[in-house]
Amino acid sequence: MPEITCREALNQAMSEEMERDPAVFILGEDVGLYEGSFKVTRGLLAKFGERRVIDTPIAEAGIVGMACGAAMTGLRPIAELMTVNFSIVAMDQIMNHVAVARYMFGGKVEVPLVIRAPGGAGHQLGAQHSHSLEPIFMHCPGLRVIVPSVPADAKGLLKSAIRCDDPVMFLEHEGIYGIKGEVPEGEYTIPLGVADVKRKGGDVTLITLSRMVYVCLEAAKELAAEGIEAEVVDLRALNPLDMVTVLESVRKTRRALTVEESWLTGGWGGEVAARIMEHAFDSLDAPVLRVGGADVPMPYNKTLEKLAIPDVRRIVARVKELL
Amino acid sequence: MKSKTERSLLEPRELLQMYRDMVLIREFEEACPKLYSQGKMGGFLHLYSGQEAVGVGAAHAIHADDYMIAAYREHGLILAKGAHPNEIMAELFGKVTGCSRGKGGSMHMFDPSLRFMGGYGIVGGHIPLAVGLGYSILYRESDEVVLCLFGDGATNQGVFHEAMNMAALYRVPVVFICENNGYGIGTAVTRASSMEALYKKSCAYETPGMKVDGMDVLAVYEAVRKAVQRAREGSGPTYIEALTYRFRGHSISDPGTYRSEQEKKIWRERDPIPNFSAWLIDQGHAGRDEIERIDAEQKKAVHEAIRFAEESPEPDPEELWTDVYVERQ
Repeated sequence: MPEITCREALNQAMSEEMERDPAVFILGEDVGLYEGSFKVTRGLLAKFGERRVIDTPIAEAGIVGMACGAAMTGLRPIAELMTVNFSIVAMDQIMNHVAVARYMFGGKVEVPLVIRAPGGAGHQLGAQHSHSLEPIFMHCPGLRVIVPSVPADAKGLLKSAIRCDDPVMFLEHEGIYGIKGEVPEGEYTIPLGVADVKRKGGDVTLITLSRMVYVCLEAAKELAAEGIEAEVVDLRALNPLDMVTVLESVRKTRRALTVEESWLTGGWGGEVAARIMEHAFDSLDAPVLRVGGADVPMPYNKTLEKLAIPDVRRIVARVKELL
Repeated sequence: MKSKTERSLLEPRELLQMYRDMVLIREFEEACPKLYSQGKMGGFLHLYSGQEAVGVGAAHAIHADDYMIAAYREHGLILAKGAHPNEIMAELFGKVTGCSRGKGGSMHMFDPSLRFMGGYGIVGGHIPLAVGLGYSILYRESDEVVLCLFGDGATNQGVFHEAMNMAALYRVPVVFICENNGYGIGTAVTRASSMEALYKKSCAYETPGMKVDGMDVLAVYEAVRKAVQRAREGSGPTYIEALTYRFRGHSISDPGTYRSEQEKKIWRERDPIPNFSAWLIDQGHAGRDEIERIDAEQKKAVHEAIRFAEESPEPDPEELWTDVYVERQ
């Protein structure tokens, strides 16, 4: 199997789906001529032309609203928001239009669109360009929320997201684009809402997603050196949320830690922890613990920024509290 | 009303249908406050009384497969697009037979079979969707058009400007119709917009803007017809400001104290319905008896709609959970 980057895997997914289905098109800021701020749409304008790869003005609400209208008539837009930070500008379109249209119109319409948005922290981009907004979208019924970590997942999940008849928030951490991994060529899809055990272990379950999968795997390595075997569950999606896989793991390890980059307060970890306690309280040997981003606007200073983002040290320390 | 004489190129049958549509809307809307006070309906209730000429004139200028998308004062608009009053009344009653199956209510009427793509409750929020509908038409190489209606308040929203820019940029076949009824809830246009002539707001996007008498159904029809023709020919969007007035408050709970009796009286005299019937009779398109017959028929249709809504079933409690997502069997 060829080794390619996440960036290339996402590009492959879009290219293949656009070849497969003429209703699929891309719109967003700098997605065409400039080939995307993160070069995820490289080559697609040349391949599919201006009708299907549309450069838009810097108008996030306009972009999402336009995608919504097109999707309501049967097209399958992929709207790229340059970063998830700008989704906040489009939040009325996302939460008040895209997410609710099907329900408030009595099921008489489908809104099959994908909103792709890079995000996350780690490049000293400060308080307005470092968001992890997964919990906000997870909070909103009507949206599917997909968050890939490894290149193969990025491809398989994006292809499924494009084929999904519900609106999908597809959230890509900027820190994973350059990471390489084996990716199947051609047709390869992963069902939305199926978690993946990225590492087997019997002592503790680390529940995570996106770039934090890599951090958790590192932490698991350190723990293994001390004789603690951590199981790493990559949720891959927050909606649908695969609690079956989570609970299966927790019933085995009897200890669970959620690890997210998003702000800890009101984060998805709290939701997952609550569900574990609702469904597997008797299997637990310790309370479910959480690691999350510091509840502060992201600072610019490199040292402070590092302190705000969960790292191996904090995960290892939290795991030890569980044992 | 003399200017209408030259514009009466429409067949009498169509002219009478316009009248019929306006009367249906008026009868429908005027039946609502009583039903609301009886607790038959809840939520907000924004009535269209007074603005009928805009919706009806516009709807008559497009085909059945053309799209319409609107804000939340849209009972009259979906009726003008051809909805059966039973389904609209049932929606207001929250019944499963309503056009949005009781899940939308007054502000969220929808019927894809009529290409009525919804009523939306966030001021200006649906305007970008109209650009998407228009882009879809270009993408599918079809010759449909979109009418996007909104109020004067929407023209102060950011998305109005984003959408106007994108519509012109992509030359989508969309006709934007601003129903300027003079007030955004209780704030007069002159107190909310830096320019009073709202039709000029499209000039920044090199989109033709024009104003039309929104109390004159034929004037609206003619303006929209030309804009639709332009859109179908591939010349892009047009922006029309229709000057109109709502005879009732912003919503059912608004006593409307911010408008003077004098102002209301002036606009009442310009009521699009009796003025149009007088013209129809004057021009020999209809006799008084025919007008009276239409009035009686539409009153009856609304009574029937109320009966239908009353007798329709409530949604099953299971409906709470359906339609959040597409569930494929």
